[in-house]
Amino acid sequence: MDKQQLLELKKTAVKIRRHIIDAVYHAGSGHPGGSLSCTDILTALYFKHMNVNIKNPQDANRDRFVLSKGHCAPALYSTLAVKGFFPTEELVNLRKIDSFLQGHPSLKDVPGVDMSTGSLGQGISASVGMALAGKLDKKDYRVYTIIGDGECQEGQVWEALMAGAHYKLDNLTAFLDHNGLQIDGKITDVMSPESLPEKFKAFNWNVIEIDGNDLEAIDKAIETAKATKGKPTMVVANTIKGKGVSFMEDQYGWHGKAPSKEERDNAIAELDQAMELLGGE
Amino acid sequence: MAKVATREAYGKALAEFGADPNIVVLDADLSKSTKTETFLKAYPDRFFNIGIAEANMMAIAAGMATCGKTVFASTFAIFAALRACEQVRNSICYPKLNVKIGATHAGISVGEDGASHQTVEDMAIMRSLPNMTIMCPCDGVETRAAVKAAIDLKGPVYLRLGRLALPEVHQADNFNFELGKGIQIKDGSDVTIIATGLMVYKSLEAAEMLKAQGIDARVIDMHTIKPIDQDIIIKAAKETGAIVTAEEHSIVGGLTGAVSEVLVQNYPTPLKAVAINDTFGKSGKPDELFVEYGLTPENIVKQAQEVMKIKK
Ligand SMILES: Cc1ncc(C[n+]2csc(CCOP(=O)(O)OP(=O)(O)O)c2C)c(N)n1
Ligand SMILES: [Mg+2]
Repeated sequence: MDKQQLLELKKTAVKIRRHIIDAVYHAGSGHPGGSLSCTDILTALYFKHMNVNIKNPQDANRDRFVLSKGHCAPALYSTLAVKGFFPTEELVNLRKIDSFLQGHPSLKDVPGVDMSTGSLGQGISASVGMALAGKLDKKDYRVYTIIGDGECQEGQVWEALMAGAHYKLDNLTAFLDHNGLQIDGKITDVMSPESLPEKFKAFNWNVIEIDGNDLEAIDKAIETAKATKGKPTMVVANTIKGKGVSFMEDQYGWHGKAPSKEERDNAIAELDQAMELLGGE
Repeated sequence: MAKVATREAYGKALAEFGADPNIVVLDADLSKSTKTETFLKAYPDRFFNIGIAEANMMAIAAGMATCGKTVFASTFAIFAALRACEQVRNSICYPKLNVKIGATHAGISVGEDGASHQTVEDMAIMRSLPNMTIMCPCDGVETRAAVKAAIDLKGPVYLRLGRLALPEVHQADNFNFELGKGIQIKDGSDVTIIATGLMVYKSLEAAEMLKAQGIDARVIDMHTIKPIDQDIIIKAAKETGAIVTAEEHSIVGGLTGAVSEVLVQNYPTPLKAVAINDTFGKSGKPDELFVEYGLTPENIVKQAQEVMKIKK
């Protein structure tokens, strides 16, 4: 990836982060922390790698994405809107009664959403199903998913991992949003699922560990996953929950809370400054 | 009077009755929302966070119950009743173990989280499990009593609790609660409204509106959904000849189902339901959703008028 392309991706990520903050602020509820931690992954996927068609969101040959940690809908919706699936102006209607933007991703309501999620542990199974169907139909689309590290406490995640390796789904790439936090605190205090990278290896996945807020590293990991044959890939993305908004960073209190007007303004000011440093607006 | 959510009262009651060293509380990474945090603060040694693993939590609860513990296991109702359903059936209900499921955030009043988190099916599912007892209290006072009754009963209990703060229906100082016995909170002779959970206070409002139209409505707080109070239902059918059920749940299999089963087998009587009409919920503010799905005093009034038209 050349310098210019990287710079553009960085700007896009900041743009998405601004929308996340604004959407959750206007909704008065929602999940900013985990949305900000996976923004860079979504940016690399939708703006560099994924083959999607905003004119025909249901295109049978498109790449698929499942947000298994569905509570981070603000990140997915913001990404889809910036990509052009629907107007960004809609984002401030998140969670409102007359809006199509449901609190958790809804397949039948939101253009570009490939699977309804929100109940943790189920999305990764659905992504296994999509990858399996791709193999069956001899299609060369790829399937991507993001799971949470707290989500890995669900037994179903491991059932899905077992199936993914068993069927040698090298068309499937999962990202672990490894931010170390869940609702009640640190994952290692609540119910430690560690060592996650070792466990994924033991489940016969190709495991790549990266800084999950580094767009260059994410890009490289996706390239490696595409070139890997006979195994699905798990990108262990070490991230910071709340990334990009300093007062939200690494604070589990920001898992599922909307910012006040003042907090929203401060967050947007910080993101505007980041954008300025990148030479964008 | 200050409003209180039944989940809030649940957390408080756990801490209040938690002095009993046999009581343990489990949660699945939602202790701040389910309010089991209140117990955690009082008795940290007897609180266990199982993580985001509801099915595991239910079977762990079962195992602890076999060792003599009174186990409260809490998560959102959608995950307690539906995700961990088969564990509840085979590991808790079948061996009839002493596990109390504190299921919070039931119904559409969850609000903005939307359909994925709003269960309107849980009572139907839990009601079909042998050995299960189901309570759905209508306010803080009743929730405290329901927690106490759950502790006193040896066996599985499903406590259906809500997110939303509600006005108090009952007074703490002269409150008599008996598991399995509905409470007549207003007498009336023209029609009976049988309600549960947050529909109880709305039914009282509806009764006031009906009074203004010259209709004398009886109101029953049906806090126990299973075993259902047959006597109070049959008596109401005989004396008022028309029934309206009101629940924040699907029309399929919950309070409406339970009351209908009693009526058709004992004293067939016209009935109209105020319930969710076999559909999923959606995101929105609770008050907006109540209007959209017809869970309002106005709709209770309307259904009362309708049912009185077909009354014999
Ligand atoms: C099956 C299920 N149980 C519980 C919840 C409630 N819940 C929503 S988010 C969350 C914590 C998720 O933590 P993690 O997977 O680490 O997500 P992140 O830190 O990326 O936000 C919980 C328990 C849920 N959505 N689904
Ligand atoms: Mg996490």
